[in-house]
Amino acid sequence: MTMSKRLLALSVGLASIFTAWASADTLTIATVNNGDMIRMQRLAVEFTRQYPEIELRWVTLEENLLRQRVTVDVATQGGQYDVMTVGNYEVPIWAAQNWLVPLEDLGEDFASDDLLPAIADSLSYEGKLYAAPFYAESALTMYRTDLFEQAGLTMPKHPTWSFIREAAERITDRDNGMYGICLRGKAGWGENMAFVSSLAHSWGGRWFDMNWQPQLQSTAWRDAVSFYVGLLREYGPPGASTNGFNENLALFQGGKCGIWIDASVAASFVSDPRQSSVHDRVDFALFPSRVQVQNHGNWLWAWSFAIPAASQNIDAAKRFVAWATGKSYLRLVAAESGWADAPPGTRQSLYASAEYQQAAPFADIVLQAIEAADTHSPSVLETPYVGGNFVSIAPYQGIGTVVGQQLSAAVAGQITTREALANAQYVAEREMARARYID
Amino acid sequence: MTARATDRQRKLAFTFVAWAVATLIFFPILWTVLTSFKTEADAVAIPPKFLFFDWTTDNYAEVWERTDYLRHFRNSVIISLGSSLIGLCIAIPAAWALAFSPTRRTRGVLMWMLSTKMLPAVGVLVPIYLLFKRAGLLDTRTGLVIVLMLSNLPIMVWMLFTYFKEIPRDILEAARMDGATPGRELLHILTPMALPGIASTLLLNVILAWNESFWTLNLTAASTGPLTAFIASFSAPEGLFYAKLSAASTLAIAPIVILGWLSQKQLVRGLTFGAVK
Repeated sequence: MTMSKRLLALSVGLASIFTAWASADTLTIATVNNGDMIRMQRLAVEFTRQYPEIELRWVTLEENLLRQRVTVDVATQGGQYDVMTVGNYEVPIWAAQNWLVPLEDLGEDFASDDLLPAIADSLSYEGKLYAAPFYAESALTMYRTDLFEQAGLTMPKHPTWSFIREAAERITDRDNGMYGICLRGKAGWGENMAFVSSLAHSWGGRWFDMNWQPQLQSTAWRDAVSFYVGLLREYGPPGASTNGFNENLALFQGGKCGIWIDASVAASFVSDPRQSSVHDRVDFALFPSRVQVQNHGNWLWAWSFAIPAASQNIDAAKRFVAWATGKSYLRLVAAESGWADAPPGTRQSLYASAEYQQAAPFADIVLQAIEAADTHSPSVLETPYVGGNFVSIAPYQGIGTVVGQQLSAAVAGQITTREALANAQYVAEREMARARYID
Repeated sequence: MTARATDRQRKLAFTFVAWAVATLIFFPILWTVLTSFKTEADAVAIPPKFLFFDWTTDNYAEVWERTDYLRHFRNSVIISLGSSLIGLCIAIPAAWALAFSPTRRTRGVLMWMLSTKMLPAVGVLVPIYLLFKRAGLLDTRTGLVIVLMLSNLPIMVWMLFTYFKEIPRDILEAARMDGATPGRELLHILTPMALPGIASTLLLNVILAWNESFWTLNLTAASTGPLTAFIASFSAPEGLFYAKLSAASTLAIAPIVILGWLSQKQLVRGLTFGAVK
């Protein structure tokens, strides 16, 4: 080979390397810190193997911080992120603003008809899917079978609130550090209000009437909140007003709670012998309802991947979303760390799988809870909103947080339930007027 | 009781109070370090386990494996040192002018500077975000150096103004009589005399910038997140994370605690400068 040919070959080689480098897409993915997401980051080497031209960069944050960051970025069209982890609270609001890319062509492996209908519905706006669910949850009643046996109680599959109160009373043994019930008391729209909102719906209440007038002083809300505050103050652990998901998880796993009603994702934690001292004495039932009210709270949350309209890498982002939420990903997780670790709550095929049923004994009840959640009719009364454990309107984050603070103060005994609800109603009316929902 | 015995008792009481306050202040750091060596189950055990638990370094191994600590550390060093040094270059002449050429509005100017620190940062998040987006400064170290320098500038000017006020004007006047220009006066007379004050201002601002978490978390994404972003990535709403979060926190605060420990003499000297006459 002559010198000039060598130079030519070298130039072509360098040019192709440079072209490959220049055409590499870099995806910045904003996500939350939880076991499923961290596992996905580890398994993303498989994605990079399939798509070597796409480089992945992760921004992992705590939930509230993540929400603040992605909200500012999507609202200002900042374009900092190509894929955002969002919940079903944000999706309809952002989709209505045209801030998200519709996910209509994610390929065969994504199989949108395999998604659980309740989940797909909660992530759609005007019939189009705007976020792909990674894992989803409803709420469950978790209880200690040994304590129920000792107290001569049998948990019904569909418990009522009056039964829960009776059971909590009989299990509570304060002298020995045993508390009948653990519930969220920490203030926040995603903390105590996720529970209280579902409780109020299950009690027959609603946040707003059809004219968007707040209904926080209605009989249903007053009764539901009085029940919640009384239950925690009489049979809950000390400092219940500051307990969130993690604090209650620690209490239940440490054997300090007879009943814990919270997100269904907890089922795998309390059943895990590596972290739970009561893993072999736990069983599950649906979220309670009030006698004669056919409503189990409609708690539904789906951590999902959405692509902001300002992203410069929409095609590459779609490839990633299809990979991370597709059917093959579930098989990949199963092969790497077992079926019990497959992200739950999103696909019908997962619940139809015998291997998953065997690895996750709580699979059936979780599926029932998710399927029972109707976010379009969260209350037995007609509502102008969708939701269940939240209300999917922009002012809700602010309203929910302030109402949560009032109720947390009531649980702590600083104000009465009546005062808490009066303050909550005042703030809700003010914020709804500011947001022009009411005059 | 003799006067000497009373004196000794008083000294003992003061020593006890000092140790009690120091322990109270140090306890959260000690608890964080201890928690970082626990399992997640021990970290949330009720009653809490103080020293008798199964010590493990697994949390550090996982933190190290999951994230790029050195990249975050490098970002923290560049951002905190960069913003403090540039801030110092602006604050020294500003404080010099305010201290040695006072006008009737000097006090007002100083108060106005300080009042900018009273504005909640979140109130200007969206405008700053939009400005940064247009200027291409989002997720850049340059952007963070600018914003942290500006946010800490009032404190730097105030601190330096306090030190400069303590320097006798006669010395500067003597230099002027000898023909020193303002530049030489600032560089060769004032700066060497106020060196302890300048050093402590620099150190304090490095610490403030190192610990700043609002802007560093909101204006960064995947490239330039400093150690505050590193810590934030270990907090979780669902699932136990306290032990890993403690390990990440220990790794993040260790460098600045060591720096503070090594320079405590200068820091105390600088901070108490002019306090006792």
